[in-house]
Amino acid sequence: MQSRNNKTIIAICSVVFGLIAGAIIMLFFGYNPFSGYGSLISTAFGTPQNIGEIFSQMTPLILTGLSFLIAQQAGFFNIGMSGQLFGAWVGSVWFALTFPHLPDFLIIIGATTFGVVIGAISGFIPGYLRARFGASEVIITIMMNYVILYLGNDAITAVFPNSIKQTVDSSNQVGNHGGIGLKWLSDLTNQSSISAGIFIALITTLLIWFVMKKTTLGFSIDAVGKNADAAKYAGINEKATQIWAMTLSGALSGLGGVTEGLGHYGNVFVQNSTPETGFNGMAVALLGSGSFIGVILAAALFSALTVGGAGMPNISGVPTELVAIVIALIIFFVGTGYLIDLMIEKIKSADQASSNKGKGPGAGKQQQKKISKKEQKELEA
Amino acid sequence: MEQIKEKIPAIKMEHIVKKFGNFAANDDINLEVKAGEIHALLGENGAGKSTLMNILSGLLQPTSGEIFLRGKKVKIKNPAAASKLGIGMVHQHFMLIDAFTVTENIMLGAEKTKGASLDIETAKKEIQALVDKYKLKVNPDALITDISVGQQQRVEILKTLYRKADILIFDEPTAVLTTQEIQELIATMKNLAAEGKAIILITHKLEEIRQAADRVTVIRSGKSLETFNAKNVSAITLAEKMVGRKVSFTTEKKAAKTGKDILKINDLVVKDAENVTKVDHLSLDIRAGEIIGIAGIDGNGQTELVQTVTGLTHSQSGEIILDGKNITNKTPRKIIKAGTSHIPEDRLRHGLEINMPLADNMVIENFYEKPYARMGILQGKAIADHAKKLIKQFDVKMTSIDEPAGSLSGGNQQKAVVARELSRDSKLIVAAQPTRGLDVGAIEYIHKQLIKQRDLGKAVMLISFELDEILDLADRIAVISSGKIIGVVNTKDTTKEELGLMMTGVGLKSARKELEASKNKNKAGVK
Ligand SMILES: Nc1ncnc2c1ncn2[C@@H]1O[C@H](COP(=O)(O)OP(=O)(O)OP(=O)(O)O)[C@@H](O)[C@H]1O
Ligand SMILES: [Mg+2]
Repeated sequence: MQSRNNKTIIAICSVVFGLIAGAIIMLFFGYNPFSGYGSLISTAFGTPQNIGEIFSQMTPLILTGLSFLIAQQAGFFNIGMSGQLFGAWVGSVWFALTFPHLPDFLIIIGATTFGVVIGAISGFIPGYLRARFGASEVIITIMMNYVILYLGNDAITAVFPNSIKQTVDSSNQVGNHGGIGLKWLSDLTNQSSISAGIFIALITTLLIWFVMKKTTLGFSIDAVGKNADAAKYAGINEKATQIWAMTLSGALSGLGGVTEGLGHYGNVFVQNSTPETGFNGMAVALLGSGSFIGVILAAALFSALTVGGAGMPNISGVPTELVAIVIALIIFFVGTGYLIDLMIEKIKSADQASSNKGKGPGAGKQQQKKISKKEQKELEA
Repeated sequence: MEQIKEKIPAIKMEHIVKKFGNFAANDDINLEVKAGEIHALLGENGAGKSTLMNILSGLLQPTSGEIFLRGKKVKIKNPAAASKLGIGMVHQHFMLIDAFTVTENIMLGAEKTKGASLDIETAKKEIQALVDKYKLKVNPDALITDISVGQQQRVEILKTLYRKADILIFDEPTAVLTTQEIQELIATMKNLAAEGKAIILITHKLEEIRQAADRVTVIRSGKSLETFNAKNVSAITLAEKMVGRKVSFTTEKKAAKTGKDILKINDLVVKDAENVTKVDHLSLDIRAGEIIGIAGIDGNGQTELVQTVTGLTHSQSGEIILDGKNITNKTPRKIIKAGTSHIPEDRLRHGLEINMPLADNMVIENFYEKPYARMGILQGKAIADHAKKLIKQFDVKMTSIDEPAGSLSGGNQQKAVVARELSRDSKLIVAAQPTRGLDVGAIEYIHKQLIKQRDLGKAVMLISFELDEILDLADRIAVISSGKIIGVVNTKDTTKEELGLMMTGVGLKSARKELEASKNKNKAGVK
């Protein structure tokens, strides 16, 4: 069993290793890693606009990260976040553009609800099929990603009336009627795409944390995810709980889509594939190692890397793709966290040995050598 | 044993201390085991036996203390190192992969290869040789899912032998076995010891120690107390040494004051997924204030009967009435609310959420009700108070109620489940193997509790493979065979022999006749 502590250490080590590996790759291809990472950092945090951009990109990542986390707690592997997000995105923009005469706050509430419901239904379907028929949610959600992609694209090109479209394959901007941009925030960040979405994401995280840790629904989801047999024995309706969890998961991805539509982009347009943000949520949840704060931090890190990466080619000549590689490597190290876990245990047992070394006279030299090496390492660090 | 050749002990553990946080699970333990002997470890639940053996098999590192193998000091870093040193452990909870065959499970981690591919054929031959040599009957090609618990245990033993272990540790191996299988296991252990292997046996059953062990070391609260010669120490001495007080082996009880029928099962039929009939037109009534023992050989429909009564499985026909209310095929929650408590046979699968805190486990059936939740919000304090109360009342030993239930010792996990189920004030208590894995002191305590429930007017259905337990506790005994109740007898009018015969499917009348006849024959023979 991995303890919470170890998990945090694994996450931190993974990030460090990922960055180091990225540096090695840069060296290998003849770039200077210091100027590479330097340009990344100076781009990411150099201008208020880019800082705003980081928050803007973080928003859906937090929500899809939560979405994955909830599904995972109930024992599901939700790969459908991408489709759930896109469906909600299309829906919320359609609602906002179709009812522009309603009072602004009603448009926002209506569009958000509509989007979240679309997400919730797209989560409910695989949840129901798994609970009722034992169908694999992995396969169902992957297929649903395609279904939603084509339905969504079709809705934009064929169903949206021309009055709400800019071009054949993109909608009008929702603008002030339904948009969740905040003037003071965009002024502060030099007109970045930041919106109230970031607050929605943070408040939602708090809310979901409360639901999972403090309510009977969270208790049931936890119990079912950890041992469905024991949950059933205890009278928890394990199937209903699974369906609830997947519905909630879908709703969260949906909310992510709503913030894309009403906030980040302000409109919706035809996609070649379901949005990457949905898949990156998985990476966020994995790096966040099952904790709510972890999800926020991981989302922030990935967004900063992405925003900063865009500045690398101009300043240091390093191609932006490096960022994708670094993110992939970080996830790789989290995935193989087993190795890091092993290292931690080794260090711990060496620690233990060192604290008892006084005991046996035979405990001898070998251990002392180990310790001095370790101490050296610590000094170096 | 006289023929012990080596003077140097096979294993010597000195001043072993193992701390979990501030709590010392092992607190200065000394243990010496010779080659060729069966050495029993005896101690209360939570005394630290499994912890000590996990240290010996490399799963845990001691906080301090030394281990000598055949006189040489060793450090056992991990299970692989233990295996290299010739130490093998048969865990209480098997570590087998269901979807693999016996051979594949045994090879796992010690694979033989031919070029780049696994050499399954050679491995199979070697395993077959071991099977023949030690009479460990099991088919090397069978899948683990398809074989009985007893056979799975043989696979675990084969696994250690395949790795050429000469120190074998058995952690409560008999808890899951039938009487017949226990005898076979003891014979196997004796064979192994006769070959010069050192064997450590953890068990709570004093009778098994007397039968199998050469010496026995008693452990109490993490300390080793004394090592006895197993052949000339009495069960009473051992029990007292281990709990530190007098223990009574039989439970006293007043005559039952029975009331109305609480549970009525009428003509119940249950089939499994493969449509095999497991419970076959079974009818049974249990009254308030009585304990009914269900006696039978493992696999005769007891599990299915219990699961149907508690709503975990559905029946095909028949009905179950609880205090006038039809609960047939109702959901577990409805049945629980109607007034049923269930001590499940498999505590790790059903009884506990081992990865959830103990406190949560103590309210797992009613966490959504007042006072544990208000308007859907959990009341942490009420939950914690409840757990603390039960733990104190039932003397569950653990480090903290916030620790996962899985960190409790096996026996204390069982006590926690019993505490939860008996505290819920139900009308019907279904107790399946309620004392499995418990020490004699704890068994005595649970038995008293069950009788107390009976005297409070509850109906108790007791399922146990141990006839002694049933004879001790039950007021009436229903014998089950092939999913049918063969007969119901009053405990005071029956004998072990009679029950034993009925368990094989012989009706009450013919069983009595047969026993009468053999008695007469014996008398004639004596003359
Ligand atoms: N990983 C752990 N963390 C915290 N406490 C632990 C852990 N493992 C064991 N303990 C505690 O150490 C004590 C000894 O446990 P151990 O499993 O060795 O008992 P045992 O003698 O095998 O008992 P039983 O007969 O019930 O199996 C128990 O009180 C248990 O709660
Ligand atoms: Mg144990």
